[in-house]
Amino acid sequence: MMLLVLLLTPLVAAVVLAFVGDRKLAPEVNIAGSAATFIAGTGLALQVYENGAMMAGGKFFFVDAFNVYLAVLTSFVSMTTAIFSKRYMRRERQHGRVGHLGMRFYHAMFQLFIFAMLLCLLTNNIGVLWIAMELATLSTVLLVSLYRTPTAIEAAWKYFILCGVGIAQALFGTVLLYFAAEKVLGEGGDALLWTNLSQVSDKLEPTVLSLAFVFLMVGYGTKVGLVPLHNWLPDAHSEGPTPISAVLSGLLLNIALYALVRCKVLVDGSTQTHRAGDIMMGFGILSILVAAFSLLRQKDIKRMFSYSSIEHMGIATFAFGLGGPIATFGALLHMLVHSLTKSSIFFTVGHASQMHRTQEMDRIKGLIKGNPLVGWGLMFGVMAIMGMPPFGVFTSEFLILTATMKDAPLMTPFLLLGLGVAFAALLRKVQNMVSGEIPPYQKPLKAAHVPVLLHMAIVLFIGIHLPDFLNRWFKTAVELLK
Amino acid sequence: MNIQTASQINGFLAAFVLLTAFGMLAQKRIYSLIHLFTWQGLFLSINTAIVGYVANKHHLYISSILTLSLKVFLLPYILHALIVRLNIRKEVETVVNIPATMLIGIALVIFSYHLTAPVTELSTLITRSTIAVALATVMIGLLMMITRRHAVTQIIGFLAMENGLFFAATSATYGMPLVVELGVALDVLIAAFIFGIFFFHIHTTFDSLDVEQMARLKEEDYTE
Repeated sequence: MMLLVLLLTPLVAAVVLAFVGDRKLAPEVNIAGSAATFIAGTGLALQVYENGAMMAGGKFFFVDAFNVYLAVLTSFVSMTTAIFSKRYMRRERQHGRVGHLGMRFYHAMFQLFIFAMLLCLLTNNIGVLWIAMELATLSTVLLVSLYRTPTAIEAAWKYFILCGVGIAQALFGTVLLYFAAEKVLGEGGDALLWTNLSQVSDKLEPTVLSLAFVFLMVGYGTKVGLVPLHNWLPDAHSEGPTPISAVLSGLLLNIALYALVRCKVLVDGSTQTHRAGDIMMGFGILSILVAAFSLLRQKDIKRMFSYSSIEHMGIATFAFGLGGPIATFGALLHMLVHSLTKSSIFFTVGHASQMHRTQEMDRIKGLIKGNPLVGWGLMFGVMAIMGMPPFGVFTSEFLILTATMKDAPLMTPFLLLGLGVAFAALLRKVQNMVSGEIPPYQKPLKAAHVPVLLHMAIVLFIGIHLPDFLNRWFKTAVELLK
Repeated sequence: MNIQTASQINGFLAAFVLLTAFGMLAQKRIYSLIHLFTWQGLFLSINTAIVGYVANKHHLYISSILTLSLKVFLLPYILHALIVRLNIRKEVETVVNIPATMLIGIALVIFSYHLTAPVTELSTLITRSTIAVALATVMIGLLMMITRRHAVTQIIGFLAMENGLFFAATSATYGMPLVVELGVALDVLIAAFIFGIFFFHIHTTFDSLDVEQMARLKEEDYTE
């Protein structure tokens, strides 16, 4: 019941917003819709927390500790993003970067995007998972090109084409998975249900599943933004409106990784080897290194942080590939704290670039003096994302690093090198932006306090003391992913 | 119709699907590309219906009708309407080195046979011999998207890939469950609207649909 409310709210909100259009009320409706989604998500989480994993809608939906926490995270971040986007998009409208029709489109698609992500998380059918993933891409393609500048159109086209190619590979992988499943479970929709598949995964044909995993890895890996399939990501994340960058970096990448991990569990059960994990570790470490060195040469602020997202998704992918209780726990925590921190950074970045009317880092200066919330928000956000204690990212990275030293010691230097280079690159660039005098072209603005402060407070709190319920939750999820 | 004949017809149609895929790889005229794509959809649709009949899988009839209406009528119609509106009906793409691309295409076919060998071995369906062809169609679509520089051609490559995937599902498992087939069709439909909008955006912004011009977002250029 709660699940249905959770899924239907964004869908209804999308339709309502398509009619409300560019009226004055639209941002408030957007916030209300997202807030309702968040409440439904929390309700569902409480149910699962008390009664354990459950199925709904026949066997069509499935909720366990792994996906419910991501569902709450998704609805939470979309709510704060909606709050942030209220003033942000209004200013963009005043600056003439987006028109009447654009605003209508923006709000409706934002809600549709949330619906697609929640459907991805909650569906039990891996075929529907694919469809929802494609829907999530399609609903954001035209948001990336919302400003209609040549670069925005180029970025959106790249996003559309490359993700289309990638996701097609994932569909082929899904077909192969169905091929193997059909032999064990018989024909029909039931053979694609994850709950059924995970029960019989040891009976699935290992050669077919290994082949399927290669396609699934390339397919969903493209959406996670893993190197060398990452080309679309920095463009799409830097050219779209900032609220969209925040949800793309903070949420969509997580969802794609979620899909990949779900498939990996099946493949592991069938092959009984660590091959799938090894592939993920390879992609992960490559992403960390390439992204860290790319950070050094960035000039555009949003582009830089999208490379940072590639790095962090690399860390999570690596940790899931490594397996074992500590690494998996670390990866789950990392997905949570990265999502909160990165979206908060994008909020401050959005403010900063609106104050200076540019995304070029060389021209952004004196943020702390100009607007303390934006300046300090960015500074603390970056400190958190670099993995400084006492923020939550430190905890997760520390766990992953410990597990690496124990289980894959040869990888430790590469991991450390990646983290170190990223640290140096980010610190140097951000210091220049937050410190110094206010440049003459800087315009003051009223920042959205709530989203930034809320996100940072949670990340800080998790870093100091991991709440009991999260701890129990992650431990249950770790058991599921074994 | 007995199994023997059906299997032969299936192989025959698979050959035609692959042939149209190669045809697209070599075709420079945008207009003719759409025709080739229509033919490919038609072969696929007939094939699906025949497989459905022989294997006695009625949901394949629905897939077949879906393919027919979407890929033989609706999508070619949309593409056709778009190129008329954008006035690029006679446009010929400059494609470098078609023979080399064809050779890579052949290599991809061989590679597909190699890759799907374990799957074909395990399968007991009458369509098992065409799984490799289906993967080859996907790969050729991918190759087309990589080597071509025209927005319409890239989209046709994308749709040809989708054809290959549909073909793969029919050959390997007599089609995916209906809910998945319908969902995929819906996604393709949404994608069609999106690329339609895109063609206009690209055309108005860059004055042509040649995506080669879209090269501003490169790391090196960012210094300017």
